[in-house]
Amino acid sequence: MLELKNIKTFYGNIQALKDVSIEISEGEIITLIGANGAGKSTTLMSICGIVPPRSGEILFMGKPIQDMAPNNIVSLGICQVPEGRRIFPFLTVAENLDMGAFLRKDKDEIKRDIEYIYELFPILAERRNQAGGTLSGGEQQMLAISRALMAKPRLLLMDEPSLGLAPLIVKQIFEIIKKINTENKTTIFLVEQNANMALKVAHRGYVMETGRVSMSDTAANLLANDEVRKAYLGI
Amino acid sequence: MEYFFELLLSGLTRGSIYALIALGYTMVYGIIQLINFAHGEVYMIGAFTALIVASILTMLGWNEIAILFIASVVAVVYSMAYGYTLEKVAYKPLRHAPRLSALISAIGMSLFLQNYVLLAQTSDFMPFPSLIPDLEILEPIAHLITTPEIAIILTTAIVMVLLTFMIKFTRVGKAMRATSQDREMAMLVGVDVNRVISITFIVGSATAALGGVLIASHVGQINFYIGFIAGIKAFVAAVLGGIGSMPGAVLGSLVLGCAEAFFTGFVSSDYEDVFAFIILVVILIFRPAGILGRSDISKV
Repeated sequence: MLELKNIKTFYGNIQALKDVSIEISEGEIITLIGANGAGKSTTLMSICGIVPPRSGEILFMGKPIQDMAPNNIVSLGICQVPEGRRIFPFLTVAENLDMGAFLRKDKDEIKRDIEYIYELFPILAERRNQAGGTLSGGEQQMLAISRALMAKPRLLLMDEPSLGLAPLIVKQIFEIIKKINTENKTTIFLVEQNANMALKVAHRGYVMETGRVSMSDTAANLLANDEVRKAYLGI
Repeated sequence: MEYFFELLLSGLTRGSIYALIALGYTMVYGIIQLINFAHGEVYMIGAFTALIVASILTMLGWNEIAILFIASVVAVVYSMAYGYTLEKVAYKPLRHAPRLSALISAIGMSLFLQNYVLLAQTSDFMPFPSLIPDLEILEPIAHLITTPEIAIILTTAIVMVLLTFMIKFTRVGKAMRATSQDREMAMLVGVDVNRVISITFIVGSATAALGGVLIASHVGQINFYIGFIAGIKAFVAAVLGGIGSMPGAVLGSLVLGCAEAFFTGFVSSDYEDVFAFIILVVILIFRPAGILGRSDISKV
């Protein structure tokens, strides 16, 4: 479904991604783990066209997308839940959800999807007219995920959805991720520092170190791998 | 007491014009955090366009109302093209440059447009026909407020309502708000940010041009320099109200307009401009975010 082929991405003169190749098939949950500054978020921003790679290829359903504008990439069905949630702070919860469906034209179905979201997260229904910036961290994360779902993504990119949340809420978030994957058949590319949780929900995983992919295997094998256990699981 | 009302109404008229210009400043600032110093020049070009169109139509013997309408429409459309081009030429290439570069580019464009009109139209004040006729029904209150003044206040009010509606309820309005709150995130939900920025410049230029036509017809003369002083005053009004906030821009403009009118009426008209800038200084010292402005919330 998505294939990164030897992409190199720069911020000015600083090279953040040095030759990254990743492959994601339809229906999978793939996780990308690694330390701070390894280039995980940059990988997602490169896919979305916010920081396009300087060389290499990104193929989505076999077509190169690395030179496309971000809004055109979204229209292909690639959505991101970015790090830090990035809720529009002065838009209401309902307006934030509307923004998620920005490129959709099917009004009736959008309405139905909003109802579905409100069923999934009753707290968002309760706060629909409240400004997004006034929600708690966990609620904002739910809103951020919901906003991305409103776009009906085929591929959902998630950047550290567990960051800064209480353990109970982290558990809830990961359950939702699993549910999105199994019920909506959405392919998920999950970037996480919480390697333990991520590897438990994912099918396969990639490990990233200073701009390179250093390891890739099935999630079960990575969980059992000594190096991974020492470096990322703290065992 | 009557004198007081007279000043108040003249202040509101003046404030309405400031508001039409200040909106452009505040909208552009809200979206790309740039003070578009060439904005006053768009207002001036709007006035000149209307003058040229009005002169031609007067020669052809059209009636006043038709001239007013057509001159306004042409001025607005022409200025929209200016606003659009201005952004594409002077600001878009600097989107990722330090903010100071864009600011200098803005000042450069302002000087360029002023001098270009100076060369084309000379520096003389040109008489501008009063396009808004005095209505007879309003004769009894003419000592308080004239028909053109009423027209200015009404037009501004209508523009405000339309703009508020657009920002609050339309798709493009939502995209504008989203872009101003988090540009990158707006891109991630599929907003074509370049288009939103263009639209912002176009809308801001349209209201400024409308202001240019109305005030030129009210004052009765224009030259290449009117954009500078009106632009700076509107900028003061936008800062006073809280730059980036649209209701703030309107409120700041009305407050500034009335403050100036009262100062002129009760103290001295010689120091009118000085007074406006004293307000700016005081605001910047004591309430830099403006009346309705909000200080930036830090992102977590």
